[in-house]
Amino acid sequence: MPFKRYVEIGRVALVNYGKDYGKLVVIVDVVDQNRALVDAPDMVRSQMNFKRLTLTDIKIDINRVPKKKTLIDAMEKADVKNKWENSSWGRKLIVQKRRALLNDFGRFKLMLAKIKKAGIVRQELAKLKKETAA
Amino acid sequence: MAAKRKTPVKTRNPDLIRGVGKYSRSKMYHKRGLWAIKAKNGGVFPRHDPQPKVPAAAEKRPKFYPADDVKKPLLNKRKPKPTKLRASITPGTVLILLAGRFMGKRVVFLKQLNSGLLLVTGPFKINGVPLRRVNQSYVIATSTKTDISGVNVDKFDDRYFTKEVVKKKKKGEGEFFEAEKEDKKKLPEDKKEDQKAVDASLVKSIEGVPDLKAYLAARFSLKSGMKPHELVF
Repeated sequence: MPFKRYVEIGRVALVNYGKDYGKLVVIVDVVDQNRALVDAPDMVRSQMNFKRLTLTDIKIDINRVPKKKTLIDAMEKADVKNKWENSSWGRKLIVQKRRALLNDFGRFKLMLAKIKKAGIVRQELAKLKKETAA
Repeated sequence: MAAKRKTPVKTRNPDLIRGVGKYSRSKMYHKRGLWAIKAKNGGVFPRHDPQPKVPAAAEKRPKFYPADDVKKPLLNKRKPKPTKLRASITPGTVLILLAGRFMGKRVVFLKQLNSGLLLVTGPFKINGVPLRRVNQSYVIATSTKTDISGVNVDKFDDRYFTKEVVKKKKKGEGEFFEAEKEDKKKLPEDKKEDQKAVDASLVKSIEGVPDLKAYLAARFSLKSGMKPHELVF
């Protein structure tokens, strides 16, 4: 039951409410019990309530309140973007975004693909069942 | 009347503000070249004798004068235009019909008719929707487009789709009790031929795109979790 992801300077978090919804930000300083100073390469540094943030596993090595350039360099060094896009959470978000942009024809083709995949899986399962039954 | 010019003259005297021109009377006299016209005519402005008037036909006195003044209705010069076509609807777009017998069917848009209605076809072989008129308001335009270059839709207009006027025969007493002789009206052969002609090249271009034929054959429906205001069509 212990906590594994801590609020600390350098913790990467996902914004889950508000104008910057869906952005990855870095906690750069803690203002008080409820708020953090937060920064990202494409955003003006601002304060955010912790309730608007969801902590991720990723942490980068920075000092308290680094300059923007230092922050960007530290993020490049820790390879935050690739780590995020290869994590299962990050991949799920990418798929969600892609599905939201599908048009009606795209959704139809997706349905056909799902049915086909399920058919193949069921065939393999039936084969395996037969082998274990025999 | 004097001979009219082919193009109306633009005023040579632009308005400074409404009611006040830029040039004075004497300046305008010079601009219009009235001095040249006078010079050509020997110092006097040319005068034409009035053309002989055509004698107007003698008007008959009306035999009825209404007791009170009859109001003339206001003049209406409005010319209705066909409904503005949504930018997302271009020839070849796949549309989803939202009402009527073919509710939910995905259908190919051909052209807009003069009445504003959209001419649409299934194609008939694929989903059973014939050449049909449909109102723009009862349609969702998807972003899927088909290639419609091989199709000639010039001969279709609103008159092609009007109902045939059947002359009503006077029914005698006995005929009321006879069974209705007219059964379902058969579709004339030339309309079937038109449908086949339009669909021939359409179906070929549709079969060129994978899954498009099955897509047009299926109906659209809202499933659980689909939010129409968030869907991209």
